[in-house]
Amino acid sequence: MSKIGLVIQREYTSKVKNKTFLLITFLTPFIMIAMMAVPLWLSTLKDDSAKKVGLVDYSGLYKDVLKNTDQFVFFNLEDENIQLNAGDDKTEGAYDAYIVINGPITKENNKISFISLKQIPVELRSYVEGNLEEYVYNQNLVNSGVSNIRDIIDNARVRINVDTIKRMDSGEEVSSSGEIAGVIGIFTTFLIYMFIFMYGAQVMNSVVEEKTNRIVEILVSSVSPVELMMGKILAIALVGLTQMMIWVVMIGAAFTYFGIVFGLTSKGVDPSQLAGMSQMAQMPVNSPVAEIFGVVAGFNWTLILGMFVIYFIGGYLLYSSMFAAVGAAVDSQADTQQFMLPITLPIIFALYAGIYSAQNPDGPLAFWCSLIPFTSPIVMMVRLPFDVPMWQVLLSVAILILTFILMVFVSAKIYRVGILMYGKKTSYKELLKWIRYH
Amino acid sequence: MLLDVLNVSKSFADHKALDNVNLHVPEGVIYGLLGPNGAGKTTLIRLINRITAPDAGSIMLNGKEISQKDVEQIGYLPEERGLYKKMKVKEQIVYFAQLKGVRSKDAKVRMNDWCNRFEIPHLLDKKVDELSKGMQQKIQIICTLIHEPQLLIFDEPFSGFDPVNAILLKREILRLKEQGSTFILSTHNMNSVEELCSHLTLINKSQVVLEGEVDAIRHAHKADILSVTLDHRPKDIDPLLIEIISEKIVVGKTVLKIKKRKPISNRELITALAGDSEIYGFQEDIPSMEEIFVQTVSNKQEGSHE
Repeated sequence: MSKIGLVIQREYTSKVKNKTFLLITFLTPFIMIAMMAVPLWLSTLKDDSAKKVGLVDYSGLYKDVLKNTDQFVFFNLEDENIQLNAGDDKTEGAYDAYIVINGPITKENNKISFISLKQIPVELRSYVEGNLEEYVYNQNLVNSGVSNIRDIIDNARVRINVDTIKRMDSGEEVSSSGEIAGVIGIFTTFLIYMFIFMYGAQVMNSVVEEKTNRIVEILVSSVSPVELMMGKILAIALVGLTQMMIWVVMIGAAFTYFGIVFGLTSKGVDPSQLAGMSQMAQMPVNSPVAEIFGVVAGFNWTLILGMFVIYFIGGYLLYSSMFAAVGAAVDSQADTQQFMLPITLPIIFALYAGIYSAQNPDGPLAFWCSLIPFTSPIVMMVRLPFDVPMWQVLLSVAILILTFILMVFVSAKIYRVGILMYGKKTSYKELLKWIRYH
Repeated sequence: MLLDVLNVSKSFADHKALDNVNLHVPEGVIYGLLGPNGAGKTTLIRLINRITAPDAGSIMLNGKEISQKDVEQIGYLPEERGLYKKMKVKEQIVYFAQLKGVRSKDAKVRMNDWCNRFEIPHLLDKKVDELSKGMQQKIQIICTLIHEPQLLIFDEPFSGFDPVNAILLKREILRLKEQGSTFILSTHNMNSVEELCSHLTLINKSQVVLEGEVDAIRHAHKADILSVTLDHRPKDIDPLLIEIISEKIVVGKTVLKIKKRKPISNRELITALAGDSEIYGFQEDIPSMEEIFVQTVSNKQEGSHE
């Protein structure tokens, strides 16, 4: 086996056999689900004690409009001379808030006031507003004197149902949605951003480990520094791809399971056979879930997934070679911070540019950032679901690959010198000198 | 010559690490590479291993300019030990052997042999960070010589070993030498230099200051000082003939260090000394490597202060 192969093999097995790797790989999907599900679940939790809300209605017209709910209990009061609750401690007999209605509500005089010592919950406000508006609206209709005014209005109002259809090159028409394209773009972007950081940092830590253990001195007497660095970078890329494969299989299994449970499809939806989903798109199913599935299946998944892998690998290779150079330039994990800025800055900028590009996927920011190699892996992923011209995709990939090769060259120089330098605080000036070093 | 270092210089940004250094290591010897801390020994070793490249000069192995392929003929034990802490001992040894071009099957056979020699066959399935420092060092040494290199470069191989293990290692070094291996031994332990090395080079301040066969160097540094063990100090010693440098009592006997003032034979000297005292011992004082090292290095330092 070639030496770079040996380096890859060792790095890969040591990472994959590691207990933390197994734990993280199998727990991450659950953590991701929990991260989405827990806020959703928390928001459904009600404040267990109902809020006491006083209603001071000087007009006397709206005493019965606001019905008590699980969250709010309304009390009709004569005047505003009441005690309010300041904090979470509930004073006996005190109110959490009160509402003042000064007179009959009309189009001109439509102000009512909330008085409270704390921020008014949004739900309370919208509950009160909604109910009063509805009540006043109905009252006004009744008072208009026109006998069947309600029917007239109902008949006059038309709701438009927008169905966005995207015509494929084949002439086939599929439903599409800008919102869902945005969600897919942002999601894949986040994944790439996360992976670059996660696996890049692993490369750096592995370099630092070999340097602080002084193993590197023995290694470079048998392997060239460039082979060592590339071996490490490739091994961790393989680790990353392995991890993703496991996740894809896990998600596929979950999809199949839920698909069967909810009867969405008779056959399993494996992400590797996403084409199968387009059949569903043509199925005349009326449920909204099936509609979303239909839209999702309308995207060019082969392109999106294919480009995802290409941009992941390209972006990872570019950044991880920078991470490797940083690892070689420092003496310990703690010193890495000082060189992290030039790496983290473009990645974070790319993420923000990506989020903005989702709103305007063909704008100049999106265009340029999807060509600049330091941001393209992240920004282009946002744009892909919006159908980017092929020449832009190819150009962006070409620039990325060229920059990556250049960066490996530069990083290898820093790496070569850096791994054998100990005890000296390295400066940026020093790094430049290392790059020029023959 | 197995290894020739010819007029090698190497500079780092702010200082010259090696200045026109020459080194000639014959095959089948244990060659001492000495020098105070920071003299440039490690830089020289790294050049020989092709970890870094010289600014000027050349390094020849077996009479040819050394290539990356030749590095497989070298085993290098760096002063700073390094092993993968989370890796099992046997995986580690096999990995390093494979990197040096040994097939994994051969590596395993040799590994078992070496582990028996170093009395650690029970450690093969342990992870490195479970082991004591001395045990780790044994494993590191096995990693260094598992590919049966022609030339072994050991940087401070005895540090961290107890006397029993140090003897074990010395025995193995001598055994390998008998089998034809060549060693470069970089150490500050002068006793082991006297014991093991036949040749040496002393580097100080980036330059070779002393070079040659150990015996020849020690003879060259003797200052015609004689050591005589007597009953007691003789009463009348002719100060024109003999200079007494020091006098001390060792186990009830007087030991004089003397120097001849006139070129007389040892027989005449003994007659002149004996007088009323019995002589128990008489020998020529050959300076130890330690004395030569300290003398050479401090001379240089004085010189550089002027």
